[in-house]
Amino acid sequence: MADESYPDDLRYHREHDWVRVEGDEAIFGITWFAQDALGEVVFYEPPAVGSTVSADATYGELESVKAVSDIYAPAEGEVIAVNEAVVASPGLVNSDPYGEGWLLRVRLANPDAVGALMDQAAYTAYLAGLGDA
Amino acid sequence: MTAISPRTTSLYSRHLAAGAKLGDFAGWQMPLDYGSPRSEHLAVRASVGMFDVSHMGQIEVAGRDARELLTWALTNNLGAIGPGQGQYTLMLTDDGGVIDDLIVYALLDRYMLVVNASNRSACWERIQECAAGRDVEIADRSDEVAMIALQGPEWMNALGPLVGSPSPLGLEYFEITEDMVAHVPALIARTGYTGEPGVEIMCPWESAPRVWDALLRGAVDAVPAGLVARDTLRTEMGYPLYGNELSRDRGPIAAVLSWACDTKKFGFAGAESVERDIANGVAEKLVGVMFDEPGIPRPGQDVLIGDRVVGVMSSGTLSPSLECGIGMAYIASEFAIVGTEIVVDVRGRKRQAHIARRPLVARSPRTD
Repeated sequence: MADESYPDDLRYHREHDWVRVEGDEAIFGITWFAQDALGEVVFYEPPAVGSTVSADATYGELESVKAVSDIYAPAEGEVIAVNEAVVASPGLVNSDPYGEGWLLRVRLANPDAVGALMDQAAYTAYLAGLGDA
Repeated sequence: MTAISPRTTSLYSRHLAAGAKLGDFAGWQMPLDYGSPRSEHLAVRASVGMFDVSHMGQIEVAGRDARELLTWALTNNLGAIGPGQGQYTLMLTDDGGVIDDLIVYALLDRYMLVVNASNRSACWERIQECAAGRDVEIADRSDEVAMIALQGPEWMNALGPLVGSPSPLGLEYFEITEDMVAHVPALIARTGYTGEPGVEIMCPWESAPRVWDALLRGAVDAVPAGLVARDTLRTEMGYPLYGNELSRDRGPIAAVLSWACDTKKFGFAGAESVERDIANGVAEKLVGVMFDEPGIPRPGQDVLIGDRVVGVMSSGTLSPSLECGIGMAYIASEFAIVGTEIVVDVRGRKRQAHIARRPLVARSPRTD
């Protein structure tokens, strides 16, 4: 498993999903916190390429041996690629959650909306708050 | 509000040191995994793993009427075992519902019941109830007895250098003996819940860390394995789990456990119901399920044939050995035939599967 980290070039959703904006496209994945809570991922059910994902709505599922976790889209967009490497080797989500373990590539409906999501500092503060709850 | 804090076993510090993810299980804080339940599972299948199962209960029954009491309280034919042998058996309510599934061991001067942690008090109460008017001494040893399950084809190489005599290594399946393990007095039984050959080691509560440490750094290093791997291993074998496959709402015949009932004498509590189920048949039966496409079944999901719901999943997981979805289900008896094609409703997605023979993997705990 990877060491805990939250890169500063990403934006974060409260359901522990991250987004990396590249022009009008973006890559989605789940954070270190999310993969740690889920445990060893053994199954990824992605959406179809060409489908649309809505902000704050689930777009797929990740399963560990014992649990199922919905994955939330941090932003709206059209799916242009799913990470087939993760479909074949779901453990990539644990070993490299911000790299090889990416889940989805989308064409953003509204790239500016991503700015409203948490940045690294806000997300780590949010995680600290969860720990106090 | 003060939460009741879960209990910990004497191996708690070992689990923390090994990086365990701990979880609440039947009031105990137990290791769920040590990072990779999949690797732990495969280690048990390929070499040897060890599980802390100290949360399980041990109830001893001794005295003149001990055999009579247990012949009544337990379903299997107790007369079939003598000192040094164990037997898988069930404890039923008077109505034939399952209170627990357990192993009873015959020792020289007493019997010992190893019961599920979640049913420890229910078993204790039932034995006390059945003991009324009989000349027996019963004792709950659960707080004094720790238990480590050493499981996998390499178990003998792991245990061999640590035992006081060769006798534990020569045990037949379901036999039990007393010996020393790492200089700790222990009961060693050739039993387990993984489908691999191996032993379950019972020793004094405070001595378990010494046994654990010795096995961890032995001639063959036993891999610490958690409850998640224990569950995937038993699911691959199609072994029932109390709370999933077994409950007070179903009897042994539906669970396909008539082999664990004395169906010659029917001299046990709850026998009328079992006899009736055998004579009249049961509405549903427990079967193994194997997926024919990607997906993972979970307990509670519907099983369909065509558009008709014919059953419900009782257990489900991804098989680390087969890398496909597997599980068990209660299916309407007329469809409970190996090979029958079924569909499992996995959160709205219909997954093709079939009823499969148990064990779902080609493994056996027997070596004879």
